[in-house]
Amino acid sequence: MEASKVIHAIYTDDDVLMSAVKKVKAEKHHIEEIYTPFPVHGLDKAMGLAPTRIAITAFMYGLVGLTVAIIMMNFIMIKDWPQNIGGKPSFSYLENMPAFVPIMFELTVFFAAHLMVITFYLRSRMWPFKKAENPDPRTTDDHFLMEIAVHGNESELENLLKETGAVEINLVDKEAH
Amino acid sequence: MYTFSKKLKTFSIILMVLGLLGIGYGFMTSHKSFEEVEHLLESEAHHGGGHGETTHDSHAEASHDTHAASHDSHSDEAHASDEHTKHVEHVQHQIANRPWAALYVAAFFFMMIALGVLAFYAIQVASQAGWSPVLFRVMEGITSYLLPGAVIVVIIALASHFIGHDSLFIWMNPDVTNPESEHYDKLIDGKSGWLSVGGFAIRAIIFIAGWSLYRHFSRKFSIAQDTADDNKNFKKSFRIAAGFLVFFIYTESMMSWDWIMSVDPHWFSTLFGWYVFASMFVSGITVIALISLYLKSRGYLDFVNENHLHDVAKYMFAFSIFWTYLWFSQFMLIWYSNIPEEVTYFIARFNDYKLPFLGMVALNFVFPILMLMNADYKRIPWFVVMTGLVILFGHYIDIFNMIMPATVGDRWFIGIPEISSILLFAGLFILVVFTALTKAPLLVKRYPFRKESEDFHY
Repeated sequence: MEASKVIHAIYTDDDVLMSAVKKVKAEKHHIEEIYTPFPVHGLDKAMGLAPTRIAITAFMYGLVGLTVAIIMMNFIMIKDWPQNIGGKPSFSYLENMPAFVPIMFELTVFFAAHLMVITFYLRSRMWPFKKAENPDPRTTDDHFLMEIAVHGNESELENLLKETGAVEINLVDKEAH
Repeated sequence: MYTFSKKLKTFSIILMVLGLLGIGYGFMTSHKSFEEVEHLLESEAHHGGGHGETTHDSHAEASHDTHAASHDSHSDEAHASDEHTKHVEHVQHQIANRPWAALYVAAFFFMMIALGVLAFYAIQVASQAGWSPVLFRVMEGITSYLLPGAVIVVIIALASHFIGHDSLFIWMNPDVTNPESEHYDKLIDGKSGWLSVGGFAIRAIIFIAGWSLYRHFSRKFSIAQDTADDNKNFKKSFRIAAGFLVFFIYTESMMSWDWIMSVDPHWFSTLFGWYVFASMFVSGITVIALISLYLKSRGYLDFVNENHLHDVAKYMFAFSIFWTYLWFSQFMLIWYSNIPEEVTYFIARFNDYKLPFLGMVALNFVFPILMLMNADYKRIPWFVVMTGLVILFGHYIDIFNMIMPATVGDRWFIGIPEISSILLFAGLFILVVFTALTKAPLLVKRYPFRKESEDFHY
């Protein structure tokens, strides 16, 4: 993709931003991105973003962890070397299961939590030496920025955004990734 | 205002009548003569199936062997017939205990729902929850069953001593603390400072009085707040809720020792009070959900939306897990250390109650965790109702597992006495609760968090 033009509309209030989003959506303009310093409740709904599926992945990771725990302890404690340790019944997995439950539980939580976090990092492209993608440093403090793609309708868009209460409207060339 | 529908009223009365008939039948058929029991055991032995048989044999043989060893096997046959008489009498007692235990389990189950709701209500008031005030009147309606329910539990407990010859609590028998008697039990005698009929009755009066006083005043302040022009009543209800919660956690714990743990007077567990609490709390919350959904479906609770349902279902989910945590903690600690004086409790349950003992883990843990994990499912009424009914049944089985092994042993069955008792108390519960619901508007009027609660959105 070649370099394209986008409009950056900057707001100073999350309520104004929310109503602006609704207005821009009603006018059928595509919002590329919104940068906010903190989570704005309901913004994802107003933008029409699809709900996250990360909880579903966490559930599946948890099942993986549970399976790992069961297979691991069944092999070690029952199959490989079934010792008599303090009279605990090591004849079958079920007979000795209560002793394994704390580990089964912890591994389920461990897998679910860590793999979900890693999934989150991968999906949102976050890693230690990543270059920050911040169009305006003020959006990490007290400003809200809405980015809208321009397809030759700059003046119309600018008027619309001014109406919605934007304090600053910039037309910028965006480098294609 | 809610009006008690004629249909529901008739339904509850039918339940009670059916229950009473079945309980009467249970009591009439539970008094078997020595010969009848002897005959019953013989026919069971011939069929080779009865679940009493295996334990009987091993029990008789074990004690027989020790006798034989110590007495150089003199008069083998006299011992055998002695054992036989003892065994038949033992089974005769178990059969006679069954309608008492069935009645007691059901009475306690419905009482504990009301008590759990009262604790939940106090927590909501004391924590100044913003989501739940729209459900306060439903909770107040449910807690109206607490006073009659708790009194009935104590009456059954005491009647089992005076009328039923100690069919529930063997420590109530004066013989067990009398050193002259052949039934003398040193262990129970050692605990007689706590376990005495008088002490039991006095403690029960203190518990019930404390709970009912809180219930009475919280309801009074709640209704007074509707027409007040300041928040004085709200502040008062906040204060007494905090006080009640302190009182509750002590008395609930002691109540569980008195009313449940003492059916096994040789056994003790430190987290038992918490375990019973978890069971009553989750059943109480489930009943809040079920009654709210019923009233909503009749159009009485239009201000309750799916967000409130979602929150209640979250509580059902979370406290099902909390219950499992305590159940497992109690079980695993005892299983792991395997100390004979503690572990008999679970051996009795594992040998004779395998299905209810393990089945309730499926009902109370596996089922709710899978059904209520998804956020969308928690907002679907029929889904919550279905899960709620399973949870309630599971917690009935939980109480069943606490009482039955000590009273009827391997002679348990969920038959006419058990089902009738459930019907009787379910009918009474519906009658009392829904009558109380007609006494006040279903929405608190001037409660400070009312608006927040009505607009509650998850």
